[in-house]
Amino acid sequence: MKIDKEYDVVVVGAGPAGSIAAKFAAEKGVSVLVLEKDREIGTPVRCGEAVSHEGIAEFIVPDEKFISSHIDKFTLISPDGTEVTIPLEQKGYMLNRQLFDKAVAEDAMHAGAKFITNAYVHGLLFNDSIVSGVKVKYFGEEYEIKSKVVIAADGVESRVGRWAGLSTFVDFREMEGAYQIVAANVSVPTDTLIFYFGENVAPEGYLWVFPKGEGKANIGIGVSGEIGKTKSAYKYLNEFIDRKYPEASMLSAVSGGVPCTPSLEKIFAPGIILVGDAARQVNPLSGGGIASGMIGGSIGGGVAGEAVIENRPDKLSEYQERWEKRLGKRHRIFDKVKNGVYNFSDEQFNALAKSFSKVPFEKRTLGNLFKKALINQPSLLIEAAKIFVMD
Amino acid sequence: MLLIKITPDKCDYCGTCVGVCPEDAIELTDSTIDIDEDLCTNCSKCVWVCPIDVLIFDKNKLKDKE
Repeated sequence: MKIDKEYDVVVVGAGPAGSIAAKFAAEKGVSVLVLEKDREIGTPVRCGEAVSHEGIAEFIVPDEKFISSHIDKFTLISPDGTEVTIPLEQKGYMLNRQLFDKAVAEDAMHAGAKFITNAYVHGLLFNDSIVSGVKVKYFGEEYEIKSKVVIAADGVESRVGRWAGLSTFVDFREMEGAYQIVAANVSVPTDTLIFYFGENVAPEGYLWVFPKGEGKANIGIGVSGEIGKTKSAYKYLNEFIDRKYPEASMLSAVSGGVPCTPSLEKIFAPGIILVGDAARQVNPLSGGGIASGMIGGSIGGGVAGEAVIENRPDKLSEYQERWEKRLGKRHRIFDKVKNGVYNFSDEQFNALAKSFSKVPFEKRTLGNLFKKALINQPSLLIEAAKIFVMD
Repeated sequence: MLLIKITPDKCDYCGTCVGVCPEDAIELTDSTIDIDEDLCTNCSKCVWVCPIDVLIFDKNKLKDKE
């Protein structure tokens, strides 16, 4: 497939953040090229695949073709096995990310963006220290492609931003090394997200069992670098599966990294912006990055398009301001709450689950749960309250 | 001397190690992984975050050195 020597905007990475950025840029009327290093958009799936309706509906019409199951509650399982089920105020979905990512990319294609797979970006072009394009290897051939704006959506690795001089590396204690399988032959309710907590199962985090319908589930765990010093995600997950689902078979198994940190201090530099996991736009409390990455991508893509149209390279700084307003501040609060919650001892989790299971089902909300969880940590309680009142 | 050992056969090329490397010493494509010996300081952060134990700190190499 032919690649031109110059585009207004070049996007590195065709995950949801990169594709939405491409779409929003293309809709401004500029030329957009998206370079994906993998052979196929949407694969491998390094993700728990759960999202809220609101999380995606802003960007794409929820379609049964990429939804594996509909979610309306979640169950927390404490170390002693106490189960608490909480109805979700916002309905959610388990996505089929292989098809979802393609659908988002196709929307961007319809908006005018061009996509190329098997295209590995390994360097940047500079013009007077301003980023002016990318070096890419595509089917063994080297290309230099010029651009007015590069959008780095290269995921957890986030090397493209580094090449532009931005500090993108994540403290190992805040990086979750994750391992997940899609298992068949597991009996789980199809409308419930299940979270396991506890020192032995998932220290300083959670292990997820998310339904994919027809006796299938996405089962995974993220383990911080601190915990990983002694035991990896792979070992934790295998022990859990062997104990809990000995009859399970594997449809797939992949590893991945989740940067559970507030977004970077600086997500733009002359000629370049960072979006999605590359900008560390993951919700640090939940580890979810689909919705927040698409929000980052949409703002970034729009600003990049405007900067080109108005011939105002300085406009890229507006991206950072708009991201801060929309989610950046919120994520910093989530990060504080995360540190309070995930340091709970097994006894604290058990006591919380027992006490919350006495709350009538219809009165169980995430807000109430955090209130109970943080009752002995008043300063964090105030932080948590901010999450549920601000928007 | 590079003391981090890679088992490429195990690697899933997920990039978690790249995200925590302070030296940008890890070169990763969708099917290859390599550590730049000149840049690597053996700090082992990549070893700790690797979800599936592809990277290990090779104590034997340290002994050989002594």
